[in-house]
Amino acid sequence: MKETTRLDPERRAGEASVDLPGAADHYVDDRPFDPGEAERLSPEQERYFQASQWRIIWWRFRRHKLAVWSAVVLFLFYLCVPFADPIAPYDPNGRNAEFLYAPPQPVKLFHEGRFVGPFVYPMVSEIDLDTLQWVYKTDVSEPQRLRFFCLGDSYRFWGMIEGRFHLVCPPEGGTFFLLGTDRLGRDVLSGLVHGARISLTVGLVGVAISIGLGMLFGGIAGFFGGIVDSVIMRLIEILRSLPELPLWMALSAALPVTWSPLWIYLGITIILGLLDWPGLARAVRSKLLALREEDYARAAMLMGAPPQRIIRRHLLPGFSSHIIASATLSIPTMILGETALSFLNLGLQRPAISWGVLLNEAQNITVVTIYPWLMAPVIPIIIVVLAFNFLGDGLRDAADPYKN
Amino acid sequence: MIAYVLRRLAGMVPTLFIISLLIFFIIELPPGDYLTNQISQLQAQGEAASVAKLEFLRREFALDRPFLERYGVWVGIWPGQHGFDGILQGNWGWSFEFQKPVGDVVSGSLLLTVILNFATILFVYIVSFPIGIYSATRQYSWGDYGFTFLGYLGLAVPNFLLGLILLFLMNEWFGVSVGGLMAPRFMDEPMSFDKLMSILSHLVVPTIVIGTAGTAAMIRRLRANLLDELNRQYVTTARAKGLKERNLVLKYPLRVALNPFIADIGNLIPSLVSGSVIVSVVLNLPTVGPILLGALQSQDQYLAGFILLFVAVLTLIGMLISDLLLAALDPRIRLGQEAPA
Repeated sequence: MKETTRLDPERRAGEASVDLPGAADHYVDDRPFDPGEAERLSPEQERYFQASQWRIIWWRFRRHKLAVWSAVVLFLFYLCVPFADPIAPYDPNGRNAEFLYAPPQPVKLFHEGRFVGPFVYPMVSEIDLDTLQWVYKTDVSEPQRLRFFCLGDSYRFWGMIEGRFHLVCPPEGGTFFLLGTDRLGRDVLSGLVHGARISLTVGLVGVAISIGLGMLFGGIAGFFGGIVDSVIMRLIEILRSLPELPLWMALSAALPVTWSPLWIYLGITIILGLLDWPGLARAVRSKLLALREEDYARAAMLMGAPPQRIIRRHLLPGFSSHIIASATLSIPTMILGETALSFLNLGLQRPAISWGVLLNEAQNITVVTIYPWLMAPVIPIIIVVLAFNFLGDGLRDAADPYKN
Repeated sequence: MIAYVLRRLAGMVPTLFIISLLIFFIIELPPGDYLTNQISQLQAQGEAASVAKLEFLRREFALDRPFLERYGVWVGIWPGQHGFDGILQGNWGWSFEFQKPVGDVVSGSLLLTVILNFATILFVYIVSFPIGIYSATRQYSWGDYGFTFLGYLGLAVPNFLLGLILLFLMNEWFGVSVGGLMAPRFMDEPMSFDKLMSILSHLVVPTIVIGTAGTAAMIRRLRANLLDELNRQYVTTARAKGLKERNLVLKYPLRVALNPFIADIGNLIPSLVSGSVIVSVVLNLPTVGPILLGALQSQDQYLAGFILLFVAVLTLIGMLISDLLLAALDPRIRLGQEAPA
């Protein structure tokens, strides 16, 4: 109380005659002012408070171990996209007339108790005249060692450079079908590696299209509001109430059969993206509506910032992390969509290879019971879809790093 | 409540209009139509008589008219050759592939489609509800972890692959075929108790296969909703007053957590119906799924269009039922206010 009395100039003027006992002269400390004096921050706290939003998101994400490992697994899978040719032991469309429906050849290390290194036993094929099936016998007398970093089937790397280098090749004069072969004697493993190219990128391109449309429509609805908003929201509601897959089927059946595989691929990604945007648009709109009311957005508006600047500078950073998280969660849907379409013969077709195209061979249940290895593509599909789900979960938790 | 039902029904009319227009646009997307392709083929072979017949059909279905008029004739809001005669009047169109009215082609499979979807929704409700409550009330127990893991797996394995895997495993382990609608030996027999049981047992696998992903999602949602509620103070108060745990959970937090649960099932219906289409193809069930696939591949546009419309309407009705349930549970909704998310 004494302090305020002393500082109040009017009251001081009134009581000028009264000299308070013990009142010191005006005192200024010449030490530099430190605003954090009252509350000392530990170095960790300081680091946290000064970190950028993305850095905090990264720290938060790192805590989600499952998501981090999923990211690593996905990265390994995605290595197949640029480097499918050298990774696959065979040309995925190359036919081996002597090895139709050949069973998987396991890789072994020990031959008769002796360490040989990775090798396979050669297969001998003969036709069973009663069942008219190829029967394969393994000849366990002589092991054939696998070759590594070797020259094998030739390919055009990225369609340009001629190459023959492979990570692993079949032994000289032998075969190496780790996952067996299909009805034309094509290596299933090589198909899987090459199929990753289309199966893993279809979701990315589709999501890019979906984000574009979602941001556009969600942004328009959220920013303009009013009648535009209600029309777009109504449209979104209708699109979301439609069963996706039948419409995907109808749309991809409409793709002309004369198109080249590349165009069909693009067509399918567009189809997948076309029906997926409503969810993203809704997320964008609700985030925009919420962020528009934030103090900093209002402040920017009062200071006369144009709408583009407010959106780009103040609103976009606020919800881009959310958009990335929900986009990650919709990638698996697209991967599965393409798989389903190709599986039903409505999507891509040989010579283009995706996991769905490979599964197409396994459509017939009698084939599957006799040659179960044709179902091999199921495994990478499940792993990738699970990994994307975990990654998306982790990203979604990290998208709001200030919570908790 | 009646006012709400009427309002909700009236809201479906524009939705149906837009959906039917969209579907008609999609089935008309492929260049040319079934008949023009046939006509050009027959002309190449020089069969004038058949060409004349196809030309007649073309006029009959107004295929030579502009897009909107064709649509109008198809739906029955525009007079065609025989006045108003479209889907609204009960004429579902003509299947060029089967040379029969669409009604005759699909009639056997419509009921089964409805039954299968209904059974799936029921399955999702019945299974996810108790498991969701169990997981939430016994959080971090072994049971909770087990169901969470199963749930993740259920979400990751796409249903048509799950169908394929089950087909394979059942065949491998038990030597039974789970595909088709009934065991082959009942195929030509008249309806009997054994045949009915065979049909029912063949419906179990598809129901589970279609419903797994949805069930997993619903368990997670109910668990999360209920966990939020269980931490509220009113729960502590009720517990402090000595209410039995079982009564407490069922009486207060569950009721609050139930609303988003039922709203979510409504949102799930499109994906369930999607799943039923493809699982039917894999498991060889005579629903509209395989017929749709065939119709799309042969460009049998009216057949495909009708099935797409049927599937869409089925979805809308499912969502309507779920909305009505929600309104019956929550008075705020029928009074026109937003339900809390």
